Amino acid sequence: MTHATADTNLPRHFSTYLYRHGTLYLLLLLTPPLLWFGIVYLGSLFALLIQSFYTFDDFSMTVLPRFTLKNYQGLFAAANLDIVLRTFSMAASVSVFCACLGFPIAYYMARYATGWQRGFFYIAVLLPMWASYIVKAYSWTVILAKGGIVYWFIDKAGLTPLIEALLDIPFLGGNTLSTSHLGRFLVFSYIWLPFMILPIQASIERINPNLLAASADLGARPSQTFTTVLLPLATPGVIAGSIFTFCLTFGDFIIPTLVGPSGLFIGTMVYTQQGAIGNIPMAAAFTVVPIIVIGLYLIFAKRMGAFDAL
Amino acid sequence: MHSDRKSPLLLRIVAFGGIIFLHFPIAVIIMYAFNTEESAFSFPLQGFTFRWFAAAFERRDIVDAIILSLKVATMATTIAMVLGTMAAAALYRKKFFGRETITLMFILPIALPGIITGVALLSAFRMAGWELNYWTIVAGHATFCVVVIYNNVIARFRRTSQNLIEASMDLGADGIQTFFHIILPNIATSLLAGGVLAFALSFDEIIVTTFTAGPERTLPIWLLNQLTRPRDVPITNVVAVMVMAATMIPILAAYYLTQGTESIEGSSK
Repeated sequence: MTHATADTNLPRHFSTYLYRHGTLYLLLLLTPPLLWFGIVYLGSLFALLIQSFYTFDDFSMTVLPRFTLKNYQGLFAAANLDIVLRTFSMAASVSVFCACLGFPIAYYMARYATGWQRGFFYIAVLLPMWASYIVKAYSWTVILAKGGIVYWFIDKAGLTPLIEALLDIPFLGGNTLSTSHLGRFLVFSYIWLPFMILPIQASIERINPNLLAASADLGARPSQTFTTVLLPLATPGVIAGSIFTFCLTFGDFIIPTLVGPSGLFIGTMVYTQQGAIGNIPMAAAFTVVPIIVIGLYLIFAKRMGAFDAL
Repeated sequence: MHSDRKSPLLLRIVAFGGIIFLHFPIAVIIMYAFNTEESAFSFPLQGFTFRWFAAAFERRDIVDAIILSLKVATMATTIAMVLGTMAAAALYRKKFFGRETITLMFILPIALPGIITGVALLSAFRMAGWELNYWTIVAGHATFCVVVIYNNVIARFRRTSQNLIEASMDLGADGIQTFFHIILPNIATSLLAGGVLAFALSFDEIIVTTFTAGPERTLPIWLLNQLTRPRDVPITNVVAVMVMAATMIPILAAYYLTQGTESIEGSSK
């Protein structure tokens, strides 16, 4: 046997050997991705956790590797609790609104969209979902700006007093649409709506239509069929969708910066702490809040069977 | 499930109204990119022009940002394609202890808010004493792109018949030949679909990037800087349309690439 054939046979023998030894093959395949995730991702999360116990020296504005619980105590200051509450109520109301608006759209897609409409609706939801996040947020600042489209329509329709009354309501209003809570709520709902529609649509598709027909045959009114048959069966889809709407709102910091009144969100707080001040330990302690809240939410979602609907 | 009944009028209005709502901001930003007005977002529009597109490409900072974004997305997608395919190939068949945990770990970077990934990476880079640069951006992007490739490829692997691979080996092909002649052609379109999606995800990413970019400016970061202190509004609009196109065209491509793949060669019905 010459050297050349021995060389070409080597990979062949090796691959045959791997094919016969499944576990070794598996291990070789898994090692690179696991190393990457172990070092880059889990390693980073671990670094974050450690730094949340570090000391930030207010005078020299530097991070000292001395362990302290001060950052976590700081979370319970009234101003910081306000931030958590503000973020939580926005995430919850956005989720509820997205579910209410997404459900009928998803229902129509699953039950009535046939032929060309099927592909059309799927693409029509998928496209805005994937379209650039930052551009969508920017576009809303243009739409809601004073002198922009919405104000122009309101003016033409003679609804200016109505919108002014709306903006005067505390917790909803603000100076203008683009600096109001209402505006921020609208932008959040818009951006995460497709993430709600698709899981609901998938879960309604899986419901046997005979169940709905049977319910009607047995004398249920449409509203009864909805509350006792359709809604319980579609709930995992709604919860699955709310994982996205809730978690993504909870950790966002771009939209609160661009739209709405001043008043920090968890995301903007983390961003300011690490950026302008350089207080990574406090920023790290603050990210533990969404991790815990989202962790609890995911456990709740799993109990409700939402993971099967994903 | 479908019914032959006609849909209630109100439901139809909500459904189509919802779709219009979803596309409205996209249409608006495209409209404004061709607006002649220079300073504000006033409505109705003033006139139609292509001028701002030419002006945008004359700006050195914009061209640099585009090039950086393309380089980051290409590198992050390449790394994610290798890692994601390996993970999918390893996990699609065998059930073993810890498999669910590994899957969860791949999903975490996109399930947890980007700000957590961002701050975590930043704190790790700071601890390690690394300068923030091109590679720190790529490290973050590749991490959340893996799951996109992984999901696409593993779905295809599950539908690919194991018989094909065994037949290939029985007929005397070795593992490498089987990979190039059987496995790769089978997963090619799903790999490509995952690749374009990952590319779009990386090209548009802003939240993680704000933390890992340091002095570097990707196109979305350039855009965000413009928004916080508004100037050059028309050029900003043009860049917005370019970013939008860079994310919407890949999703259409991915959709058509994975169309009609429910029946795969060699799958026994």
